[in-house]
Formats: sequence, structure tokens, C-alpha cells
Amino acid sequence: MKNISKFFMAFASLILLLVFLFPIWKIDLSAPQYPEGLGLRIWVNQITGMKDGDLNLINNLNHYIGMKTIQPESISELKVMPFIIIFFSIFGLFITFINKQFMKYAWLILFIVVLIVGLYDYYMWGYDYGHNLNPNAPIKVPGITYQPPLLGSKQLLNMNATSLPDIGSFILGLSFLFVILSIYFNKKVQNEK
Amino acid sequence: MKKLNYLIAFSLLVVLSILIHNCTGTGETANIEEAAKKVYVKPGSYDELYAFMSGGFNGQLSVYGLPSGRLLKNISVFSQNPETGYGYSEETKNMLMTSYGFIPWDDAHHPVLSKTNGEQDGRWIFINGNNTPRVARIDLRNFETEEIIEIPNSAGNHGSPFLTENTEYVVASTRFSIPVPNKDVSINSYKENFKGTISFISVDKNGDMNLAFQILVPGLDYDLAHAGVGPSHGWAFFTTYNSEQANSLLEINASQNDKDFIAAVNWKKAEEYLKAGKGKIVQTEFYNNEFNESTHSAISKKMNSVVVLNPKECPGLIYYIPTPKSPHGVDVDPSGEYIVAGGKLATVIPVHSFSKMMKAIEGKKFDGEFDGIPILKYEEVIAGEVQNPGLGPLHTEFDGNGYAYTSAFLSSEIVKWKLGTWEVVDRVPTYYSIGHLMIPGGDSRKPYGKYAIALNKITKDRYLPTGPELAQSAQLYDISGNKMKLLLDFPTIGEPHYAQAIPAEILMKNSNKIYQIEKNKNPYAVKSEKETRVERKGNEVHIYLSATRSHFKPDNIEGIKVGDKVYWHVTNLEQDWDIPHGFTVKGLNNSELLVMPGQTKTIVWTPLKSGIYPFYCTDFCSALHQEMQGYVRVSEANSNTKVTFN
Repeated sequence: MKNISKFFMAFASLILLLVFLFPIWKIDLSAPQYPEGLGLRIWVNQITGMKDGDLNLINNLNHYIGMKTIQPESISELKVMPFIIIFFSIFGLFITFINKQFMKYAWLILFIVVLIVGLYDYYMWGYDYGHNLNPNAPIKVPGITYQPPLLGSKQLLNMNATSLPDIGSFILGLSFLFVILSIYFNKKVQNEK
Repeated sequence: MKKLNYLIAFSLLVVLSILIHNCTGTGETANIEEAAKKVYVKPGSYDELYAFMSGGFNGQLSVYGLPSGRLLKNISVFSQNPETGYGYSEETKNMLMTSYGFIPWDDAHHPVLSKTNGEQDGRWIFINGNNTPRVARIDLRNFETEEIIEIPNSAGNHGSPFLTENTEYVVASTRFSIPVPNKDVSINSYKENFKGTISFISVDKNGDMNLAFQILVPGLDYDLAHAGVGPSHGWAFFTTYNSEQANSLLEINASQNDKDFIAAVNWKKAEEYLKAGKGKIVQTEFYNNEFNESTHSAISKKMNSVVVLNPKECPGLIYYIPTPKSPHGVDVDPSGEYIVAGGKLATVIPVHSFSKMMKAIEGKKFDGEFDGIPILKYEEVIAGEVQNPGLGPLHTEFDGNGYAYTSAFLSSEIVKWKLGTWEVVDRVPTYYSIGHLMIPGGDSRKPYGKYAIALNKITKDRYLPTGPELAQSAQLYDISGNKMKLLLDFPTIGEPHYAQAIPAEILMKNSNKIYQIEKNKNPYAVKSEKETRVERKGNEVHIYLSATRSHFKPDNIEGIKVGDKVYWHVTNLEQDWDIPHGFTVKGLNNSELLVMPGQTKTIVWTPLKSGIYPFYCTDFCSALHQEMQGYVRVSEANSNTKVTFN
């Protein structure tokens, strides 16, 4: 049982690294002119298009409403996030070795804090793009802002924006779950004693 | 009483003939609803097949969807197109260079899809330029002309561009014989001085065409061709007419002999002779023009020689098969055994047998020779004759189920007959005077079948009248049953001589949506708005202009002078599917440009008067398309206006 607990902790730590291979969030746009679809993929370290050229295209279209261009290289969160992921992975592996229950709780709490901060930051990022518009933009619709929803769909002029977690988020969730399982099995061992 | 009987009989006859007439009239399309269902492609759905129809005298190649008959695109091939700038832009002018200078037009007849193992592979489509002998290769990812090669020592590249089984060669024969090399002689000296040529253009795995060799052949008119497949792979067949060798009033003088010839050429043997050094290098002049997708530009290469084989020095290279009567089409069936000739003036369709031909050659069953070329005995080669095949049989295609379909020009019909028994099993009228016909894959080893298309020469009352000049007409027939059924009648543009069709799924998966801007190697491209600029070099001014929704950069340009040669290098920075930008400037004494996403095109403008000239986007690109405009200031030649731009 103790070994299972350790295994889960190690597993939780290592699968976290898979986050680098998949986007964590997606914003899909649909409009009559884009039957083929159009969208953004947000990774821990980059922002890409759903397909080649989408990022450019979205930036280009956004100039009509005066939205700032999305330049992944100037977004500092994308530089910090990889270190945070690596930190959680190493911290998790460290816990695997010393196998202290309270440290696992610490891992979980820290993880939740980072998650909340991250989502808040993401929300503010969207708020900034959606509200801080160039006053000279060709298209000005009184009262409308272009903040994409945090979760779910919203109609922004001719575009319907749908924002949803992507595979990366499920990996984060899975990692979180395995840390809980690790705590549970460890408790079981202690209870049996 | 007798008189009354006659009267009644006559009346009955009239009634009967009206009834029969009405029956055949409604029998044209057996069931309208059924036909409509078969050609109706519901909105948002795709056609089953791409059809490529030659534009004939418009020099283009048009792309249709089947079975709907909807026009999808016109590909510029041999003709300048002011709509896109093809043949006008600096990048594409070279495509139309020939040894006769810049030729802005040609007569495009026969599109032929590339093949592997005798089956359509969807890589390229080739088409001939008939007037100034050329062959073009069109890339089927971009649906754009990628290469044009001129054929020297040819005059009227009609029997072209037919392909060998694996697209090893494009074969081409000359329609007119002329002196080779061309020289100033009396036209009356035809028999003495005029020669024909058969050309073999090799195609490498990238599609690059090279004139591999030519065969000097007797001075006849060469008409159409087809290469053998399966057992007959290694051979190519060419129809001839004018075995009378007339040089005037051919309609009479070239229609006297009962039989002309099909030239059977053993091209594998030709390769052996070339290896053995039998080829003679002959000085000549021709152009090979290639368009490079990454530079978006064409390069023109001038070639100076060609290797020529003379059949007199190469026994076994060519045999003549006597064939009635001024034959047009020569079509090889999917098995590779039968060679069907369409004798325009013949009363039968002769079908030659490849295996009998080989035996006749082995047994030396000759009937004399023509200008050094052995003539095989007709009865030793013939497999059968289709009796009563309609008047003026021209061209035959196959459905892969053992049937052949021949177009008959004079009786204006398609005649279906069975290979092997040679019996006619069905016939349908065409409207009117069919030239070629086309069955999807019907010239390949694996016909797709299902449909036949009639490409007609006369339209008359088929559609709403448009004055003396009418569109051409095409009819689509369902050939999946025992009886051919007319499904659809649709107008076509230019003059489609021949067509090809291929299942849509083979091509659509490879169809490009944009050109990648990072891969744009045009020396005048701009990759971003930061690179846009205006540079003066003497009296040349180069404007590096970007276009993106919904503005040009720069859009205010000053410092141009009367007498300057202004190069507008327009790059479309878009990377979005179906967002081309157009470009024109007032008084542009040249064509407009239509620039695809990621592409760069250049048009030259020579302003003649000073003043302010607006320029704008000609393709409705966006909601603010009308705002996509700019101004250029043209000053007098001696003024001091400096080059400035924003």
C-alpha cells in the first residue's frame, strides 16, 4: 500500500511534464465566413493558432475593433509558467522520496493557489484585451466589449467565441487527483498499522 | 375507293410519324425527376468529380464539377489573363516566351491527367498549345500552370499531350508537315521538302519536362495519338491523314485514298537506339519556361538543340498500319490490346489488335513501304470492324466494362459498342455535332465510368440566345445502365475539344489554401509592413507594397516622375483562405493584379501625365474594402519632388 501511495505521488509529479505537449486552454471562434473554423491554443509556454496562420489572422481581424495584437513573446506569464510546472514536478518527486503526508497537503494547497491566481490572471488578460481598445478603431459599437468568456460561449459581433479547458488542463486535474489518491492510500497504511 | 384507301393509309402514316416523333422527343431524358436527382448537388455539398475541359481558342483550361456542370475555375495556360495579371506581371511574362517571341495566346486542345500504372494519379494535368507548338503542365495542388515547353520542328502541335503508362513521356506529333529545319522553299515542293516530327518529352518525378528526342517522319498530317498500356506499353500510336501529300485544298485532295495510316512507334526501341548513339544532335531553338512556387516567378530557358532519330537508320522503330479514312482519334482500350481508330470519313470503325500487330511484324507481313517505313497488311492487324457506327466517327473512350463509346460528328450521336463482338448496342443523339467525348478515366487502364460527356461543336437553340456568338454545349449522360440516358445539358466557355475527369477526393485533399508567407522567396516580397518601402534606381521606381485587410502600406507615395518605369511589387500578407487582394492604379497601361494570400506579384506602370493617381483593391476583401485605397503623386520629369512614402 505504501508503495502504491509512492507510485501515485511519483506518477502525479511526472505526468505534469506532459503539459508541455498539449495546450491547456482553447478559444474557438466561429463565424459565417469561417466554415473551416478558427481559434487560439494557450499552452503553458506559448500561444498558437488552432491551425497555421490563425494567430496572425486573429490579430489582423482584431485591428478592426482596435484590440491589441497578441504577441506571445511579450507575455511574461508564458515565461514563468514553465518554471511553476517544473517546480511542482520536482517538489512532487521530492515528496515521493520523503513521503510526508503534510507535504502532500502543502503541494495540494499551493497547487490550488497557483490555479486560482492563474485563472484570475487569465481573466484579467482577457479583460485587458477586451476592454483596452484603440479609440480610433474602425468598428466602434457602443456598450460592447470583446472580452472572451473564461468558460463557455459568447457572441462578439459576427464571431462566436467558445472558451474551454484543453488537454493540458485535464493533465493538471489528473495530477491533482493522483496526489489525493497518494494521500488516501498512505492514510490507509497508517490506519492499518 | 382505292383513292380513299390511300388517303386513310397516308393519314395513318402522318399520325404514326407524329406519335413516333413525340415519343423520341420525350424519350430524350427518360425520366426528368430521376435525371434531376442524379445531377442535383445540394447547396454546401461537393461534386463527385472534377472535370477539366480545354478552352480551345481561349487558350485556358476550365475546371467544372460533375455531375452538376458548375464552373469552378478558369486556369490561365497559354493566354494572358488581365483578371489575374497572368502573362502581364513581371513574374509570369516568361511563361509565354517562345522562339517566336512573346506569344500571348494559343489554341489549347487536349487536357490529359498524369498517370501511374496507366491510372490517373492526380499529380498534374498536361495540355497542348496547337498553334505555336507547346505543351503545358498544370500543378493540381495550386491549379496553376507550372511549366510550358515549346516543341521545335513542329507546326501545329495537335497530336499531344498523350502520356505513356507511368508519365515517362508526353508524346506529341505535328499536325502540319513543314521543312525541317524550317526554310524558305516553294510550297509546291511539299513532297520533296516537307517532313513531320514526333516528339517525346520526358517528365521527371518533380514534373520537370525535357524534350528527350524527336523522330523525323514522312511529310503527312499527324492528327491524334495515344500511348499503349499493359501489353502495348512501350508503344505509341499516331493517326495520320493526307497520305496523298497534298499541299492545297486538303478537304478534297487529302480525302482521295481509301486508307491513311496509324504510325505505331516503338519508343522503348527508340531509347535503345539513343543509347547506341543513333540520335543526331540538331541545332534548333525552343523555350522551356518554368514557374517556381517559392519565388512566385517564372524563368525562361532558351534551348539550342534536340536529338533526332531517323527511322531509315533505325529499323523496327516505326510501322504504318493502314487505316480508313483520314482517321482522327486513335484510342487504346483499358486492356492495352485494342487500338480503335476514328476514321472521319469511314463507314466502319476499324479496331486493330496489338498482339496481331506484333505477329505481323514478326512474320514481316508487309504491304510495301511509305518513304522507308514498312506498311503492315491491314487484314493481318485488324481485330474487327464496327459496322454502322454512325457517320463521321471521331473519338472513342471506354467504360471498363467491355464497352466502347464513339462520338460521331455528322450523325451527331454517341454510339456504344461491345469490344470483341464489335456490335453496336446503343446510341443517343447529341446536341449538336459532337467532337470528342469523355468518360471519367475513359482513356486509362481503370475507367471510373458512370458518366459520358459530349463536347459539341454546335449549340444553336439549346440555351437562351446571346446574339451570333453562342457558348459551346456539353451533355452529360448516365452510362451506368444498358441504355445511355441524357441527364444534363450545360454551356461551356471557350471551345472544349477534349476533357478529363477525376474523382474529387483524389485532388481535393491536396488542394492548397494559401501560400505560406515565410516560404515566399520572391526577391521583391515584403514579409511584414515594416519592410514596405519605395526605392528609386535611375528612372526605375520600385514600390514594395503590402496588402492586408483593409489597407495598403504605403498608401501615400510621392516622388514619381513622368517617364519613370514604376514597378508595383504587391505582397498579400494575408494567411487566410480565400482572401485575395486586387491591385490597380488609375491609368495603369497594363493589367490589374490579383494576389493570393502569401503571394507577391509585380506590375509595371509608366505614367504619362503628372497629377494625383488613386490606387485601390479590386477584390471585395472585407467590410472596409472600399477604404482600401491610396494615392500616388506623379510630378513632371524635371521636377524636384523627393521620393517619400508613409
